[in-house]
Amino acid sequence: MRALTVQRLLLRCGILAAILFVVVVIALKLGAVPVSLYGLARDLISVMLGHRSAISSDYGLIVIDIRLPRILLGIVVGASLSIAGTSFQALLRNPLADPYVLGVSGGAAVGAIAATLIAPHLSLAPTFVTLLTPFGAFLGAAGTIAEVYLLGQRHGEIDNGTLLLAGIISGSFFSAIIMFLLTTQSSSLHGMSYWLMGDLSVSPPRSLYAMLIGGFFLAAGAIYTTASDLNLLLSGEKEAMHLGVDVRRVRIVVYICASILTGLAVSVSGSIGYVGLLVPHVMRLIFGSDHRTLLPTAAIGGAIAVVIADTLARVVVAPAELPVGAMTALAGAPLFLYLLRKNLA
Amino acid sequence: MNAPIHANEMVSRAGTDAGRSNTEVRLSVEQVSYAYSPNPAQAPVFTLEATSFQARPGEIVAVLGPNACGKSTLLKLISGALQPLSGRVLLNGFEVTGLPPKLRAQRIAMVQQESTLLFPCRAWEFVLQGRHPYRSSLRFESAEDITIAKNALFEVNAGHLSDRWMDKISGGEKQRVILARALAQQPLLLLLDEPTLHLDIGAQVDLLETLRRLAAKHRCTIVVVTHEINLAGEYADQIVLMQRGKCLRVGPPAAVYQRELLEQVFQTKLAVEIAVSGRPRVSVLSLT
Repeated sequence: MRALTVQRLLLRCGILAAILFVVVVIALKLGAVPVSLYGLARDLISVMLGHRSAISSDYGLIVIDIRLPRILLGIVVGASLSIAGTSFQALLRNPLADPYVLGVSGGAAVGAIAATLIAPHLSLAPTFVTLLTPFGAFLGAAGTIAEVYLLGQRHGEIDNGTLLLAGIISGSFFSAIIMFLLTTQSSSLHGMSYWLMGDLSVSPPRSLYAMLIGGFFLAAGAIYTTASDLNLLLSGEKEAMHLGVDVRRVRIVVYICASILTGLAVSVSGSIGYVGLLVPHVMRLIFGSDHRTLLPTAAIGGAIAVVIADTLARVVVAPAELPVGAMTALAGAPLFLYLLRKNLA
Repeated sequence: MNAPIHANEMVSRAGTDAGRSNTEVRLSVEQVSYAYSPNPAQAPVFTLEATSFQARPGEIVAVLGPNACGKSTLLKLISGALQPLSGRVLLNGFEVTGLPPKLRAQRIAMVQQESTLLFPCRAWEFVLQGRHPYRSSLRFESAEDITIAKNALFEVNAGHLSDRWMDKISGGEKQRVILARALAQQPLLLLLDEPTLHLDIGAQVDLLETLRRLAAKHRCTIVVVTHEINLAGEYADQIVLMQRGKCLRVGPPAAVYQRELLEQVFQTKLAVEIAVSGRPRVSVLSLT
């Protein structure tokens, strides 16, 4: 009997954080313009010491101004999607649940696009206009999970197959709406591949970064307070209730916070699929299904996965680029099919 | 053979006993009723008529009756999972539906018919879940929690299963681990919904022997819903006999196991005899 301790949890997270660091360094180095490890270290130290002006080379500018923000964005987006996927799987008791598969990312994208289109017509201060997009994405995500949850029920109970069908159909419906909106209302919006497949190449406005990181820690922290409850929910809501879980409270906290995480991620990177499906399963295989370990390790794992996927998307067809979602789908879709055969056959 | 005791008589008798020594009554089900309707506008499709009985520490109560007679509904009402339409369920004098979730889980443990895990875990992790009601959300298990979980596994003769995966053990072994998790809750009241379902006769007897030992050792009250009429007759101190949402009789097995009554309830020809132990035995007579 080796129960979980704080030391063991920190050790696991520390190992993954070290892997993430290595991945980030490699990601900074790779790209259409090659950068030496020495140059990279020198430039990073200069920036950290506040000697921004010491970087004169174009290489340095590419690394610090283009690649680094993109990688940091990938870390937050990957961690957000991964935590959302992990908590959806536990709460819906469905191993195939993921923000993308359930159509939640699509709903968030529609919400974000709608907010961007409405914003100019409202007389709001510029700061609020920027925040309107992630807020719209949150509303879109929350509305979709509520709709899929209701449609996924049969005889008053969640049915795994029906839930997935409801999610997939909602996702395809939202894709159609996105295409319609983008075709008829071009102007200030990102391209179609951004919203449908995800893209980290477009830097969000600086004012969004604080909200993105603050929102991530608040929502992820709130979900973490339910980690023990999610463990018990793996045996079903009734059993969890008999073990003292306030199921209603957990459901509200997780749905709202997972919607915030998905909404934030989609509003700055579009709909990157399968991260929330792939990463929790890999982490569960390595560390077991205790959510007190699973949530933080899946967050770091999600960051690693998205940074790797985005680096590959930048590198494999350089100087052209693939959408990052294409890379995650290449790994995620076969896993989805494998799990589908295993769980629903 | 004792005369059959009607539910109301039983309550009044138990009430008098309770008057003598009030602390002795652990569970008191008082005129509890329930109605289920899928649509509030429609007439209920199932009703449980007013049911009453009492149980003391260390007692085993078996709830018997044909399928869909309301046994599981009664158990859910006792557990506090359902709010009764009328009446109340008291545990040590406190109404169960009024207890906050964690406090209720410290007092009442429930072993369900089916327990399927979405993702497998090891037996010891499963048993440690029973300590959840005693921890705050962000606390990890203490050394005391681990000792209690270990002891619970040994008490149900499942110490050797500690490191096994829950999806890799047999039905009987799994049932013992689930019981260990309930014990780790250190409950005053242990509820079991058809725990012998899918178990072979050896495992059934083993489970009930374990329940009797636990009831005696921990002085916890056990309410078990079962179809095993002879095992209930052998191991229970009280029988609650139900039919079509009505509680027909409450009392010791020898008093409730009346041939005519059981034949009417189960709609088949039966013979009832009293063994040397004083416990009744029911056998099915050939219809031809």
